Amino acid sequence: MSVAEQPMPRARMLGRTKAAWVIFALAALLPAFAALTNDPFLTVIGTRILAFAIAAMALDLILGYGAMVSFGHAAYIGFGAYSVAILSRYGITDISLHILAAMAVSAVFATITGAISIRTRGIYFIMITLAFGQMAYFFFVSLSAFGGDDGTTLADRSTFFGTRFLESDLSLYYVTLAILIGLFLLASRLVMSRFGRVLTGTRENMTRMEAVGFRPFRYQLTAFVISGCMTSIAGVILANQAEFISPAFMSWHISGELIVMVVLGGIGNLTGAIGGAVIALLLEEIIGIFTHHWKLYFGIILILVVLYSPGGVSGLVERIRGPRK
Amino acid sequence: MSMLSVRNLKKAYGALKVTDDLSLDVEPGELHAIIGPNGAGKTTLITQLSGQSRPDSGQILFEGRDITRLGMAERVHLGLARSFQITSILPGFTVLENVALAVQAKDGSSFRFFAPVAREEVLNKAAMHKLRDVGLADRAHLKASALSHGDHRRLELAIAMATEPKLLLLDEPLAGTGGQDAEALVALLLDLKGKITTVLIEHDMDAVFSLADRISVLVYGEIIATGTPAEIRANPAVRTAYLGEEATA
Amino acid sequence: MTNLFILQLLNGLQFGVLLFLIAAGLTLVFGIMDFVNLAHGVLYMVGAYLMATFVAMTGSFTLGMLLAIPAALVFGLLVEYLVIRKLYHRSHLDQVLATFGLVMIVSEGVKIIWGSAPLSVPVPELLSGSIALVGPLQYPVYRLAIIATGLLAALMLYLLVNHTRIGMLLRAGATNQRMVAALGVNITRLFTMIFAFGVMLACFAGAMVAPILSVDTGMGESVLILTFVVIVIGGIGSIRGAFLGALLVAMVDTLGRTFGPILLRMVMDSSDASQVGRTLAPMLVYILMAAILFAKPDGLFGRKTT
Repeated sequence: MSVAEQPMPRARMLGRTKAAWVIFALAALLPAFAALTNDPFLTVIGTRILAFAIAAMALDLILGYGAMVSFGHAAYIGFGAYSVAILSRYGITDISLHILAAMAVSAVFATITGAISIRTRGIYFIMITLAFGQMAYFFFVSLSAFGGDDGTTLADRSTFFGTRFLESDLSLYYVTLAILIGLFLLASRLVMSRFGRVLTGTRENMTRMEAVGFRPFRYQLTAFVISGCMTSIAGVILANQAEFISPAFMSWHISGELIVMVVLGGIGNLTGAIGGAVIALLLEEIIGIFTHHWKLYFGIILILVVLYSPGGVSGLVERIRGPRK
Repeated sequence: MSMLSVRNLKKAYGALKVTDDLSLDVEPGELHAIIGPNGAGKTTLITQLSGQSRPDSGQILFEGRDITRLGMAERVHLGLARSFQITSILPGFTVLENVALAVQAKDGSSFRFFAPVAREEVLNKAAMHKLRDVGLADRAHLKASALSHGDHRRLELAIAMATEPKLLLLDEPLAGTGGQDAEALVALLLDLKGKITTVLIEHDMDAVFSLADRISVLVYGEIIATGTPAEIRANPAVRTAYLGEEATA
Repeated sequence: MTNLFILQLLNGLQFGVLLFLIAAGLTLVFGIMDFVNLAHGVLYMVGAYLMATFVAMTGSFTLGMLLAIPAALVFGLLVEYLVIRKLYHRSHLDQVLATFGLVMIVSEGVKIIWGSAPLSVPVPELLSGSIALVGPLQYPVYRLAIIATGLLAALMLYLLVNHTRIGMLLRAGATNQRMVAALGVNITRLFTMIFAFGVMLACFAGAMVAPILSVDTGMGESVLILTFVVIVIGGIGSIRGAFLGALLVAMVDTLGRTFGPILLRMVMDSSDASQVGRTLAPMLVYILMAAILFAKPDGLFGRKTT
């Protein structure tokens, strides 16, 4: 039997899930490592990385599985972050309510902008999602009650079912990890479900999907909304981690970086998105140790990866390891 | 009542009339072939019948119901399926998944987010059944992109069948095949004949004349004759317009 | 009030022709090459920085311009040769990523070379001062000069696209790439030419606005996204669409910021009105875009994408 005639690589899929659990296990050990090396800052960076992993995974749902290159996903991070700031100011402090509000706002925004963008394809879709993301950005820039362009500092972190549990960086870290694992399990189920199969089908061949009786639009829009809601959770966490919010959370650079994370890890592969977030942010931190101009080197690495390693890092890993049996 | 009734269908791209006041009736149970020289507008007709493109004017009735304005997906749900001249499958899916997805389209809601679809035996069983019909059962777990061209044509047919159509629109199912592949496909179509009403577009004249109950001849967007294979063979207008050389050869 | 309106109308027009200069090249790159280029904005910024440098160096606006444009062109060709060319046949996603990388490299590079502090370029002697328009209304000569230059460039582009052989190739390329290849035209060379041309127009725009805007590292990005809105509204690949889209976006943006709060004051009390106005005004162009796309998913002059 030639390689092409091998049955579908279920083994590879299991391998990926295993890889995700390895990442989660390492992440669980990180605070211990931070304590040993006496570097509590590691936990802070770790929280940031895990939050972005949530966002990257959410983006991968539509980018990787639905072939929708959304360049406006930072907006949802912003909705999450501002939900914390705005609700807290009005005395609603619990993280569960912050997350609910973030998801509600995201769902509305994603439904409206998604309905308009999904009717278009290719370059149009990329540009329109970018423009809508920018619209949300400008909305918060002009929101002078919350510091406008400069943003504002949070008085406190969100409460955790009435307790001040999240005030400790360590507990925030573990809550973030728990949320990431929960969403990973959810997303893994989703992509393997009926809905996931239809979504993946629209990526593969839109006409064929219509010709067997599906209206792709509904499924794409649903996925778009789910992805937006999931991304906003990352925003709630990031606001809590930084205890500060500003429109910078939702600049188009963040949207771009989210795409970078997904692609670095290899698209259409939830573990890859998580790994991509880890790699991209670690790379930023590491380059940042040596130079203020990390963006310059990051840009160069990015271009080299795109030009010479299709399939991202996980594609690279798979090629190095050779075709799996 | 006809299964499919096309009334005064017109479509033009600029000055080019691709469908010119075309009327056609397909009776329940028959295999109705549409033949015509290249550029006669056969595929354009199929796209209009299946809902992929809209006519400029005219009417398409399916079981008496006006479906002219319906989209492709809606027509599939009414029981009108098509196959593509250029193989149109989901290349990254397995053969089984390709067919199971078509089954899924008709089997309840697809807004189910948690249960693993791969373990839904109802879908897999129905899909395997269709694959057995077209002789692809042993390749069910291969990636669809790994199939040979002949097998792609079978898969195309299996997917269309999996939507449980009342009327099947086949756009050159034999395209690009030859020898054994073509023979096997003709045998398949022969097997379907009488079970499902079929509109067949095909270039292979041997296949058309051996399969069809009736044949319509399409030239420059117009149907110039409809009849049994024997009538079409004997029709002088058809001979001059289309069959000319072949018939005398 | 009327005076304010005329003033803002002129400001809008000036902003519009500027957007057009940037959008014209990019819409061709998008339409003909089917290439997503996020780096177009930073190229406009490079134009402005080169202008600032050369004007400071030579002490002359004209000489500065004459040096800045070719220098920008060389830079654009270099970028095309090193990166862009390798991406023509790649997916949109790859194009997005690589040009996003370019944005990072160029904006950081500009910071390293020129520093983070904004630069300024003096308005040339000949075009300084203001002239009287109607009644007491004064308008800066230099801004009028930008309008005139922009309209002239638009006219030249129109003639180029509609009445020359190159223009014919461009139009044919926008509808059918394979046909152009079949005509025996070297597609890679045509692409390079279109790209270089787009870069030149963007840099020219950057050089022109240098005297009225502060030249800083953020200037490319804000313009890039407005340019996208222009192209989406006008329809990808359409110069005519880019022109109308640019004017529409610029007018809505400029007039909206000034008159939005004024209009709102008629229906609500004034402090609320100015707050709501300030929040809504920057969003207006995006709402406009959404409305147009809702009615015409391919933009005003776009080809059907299906």
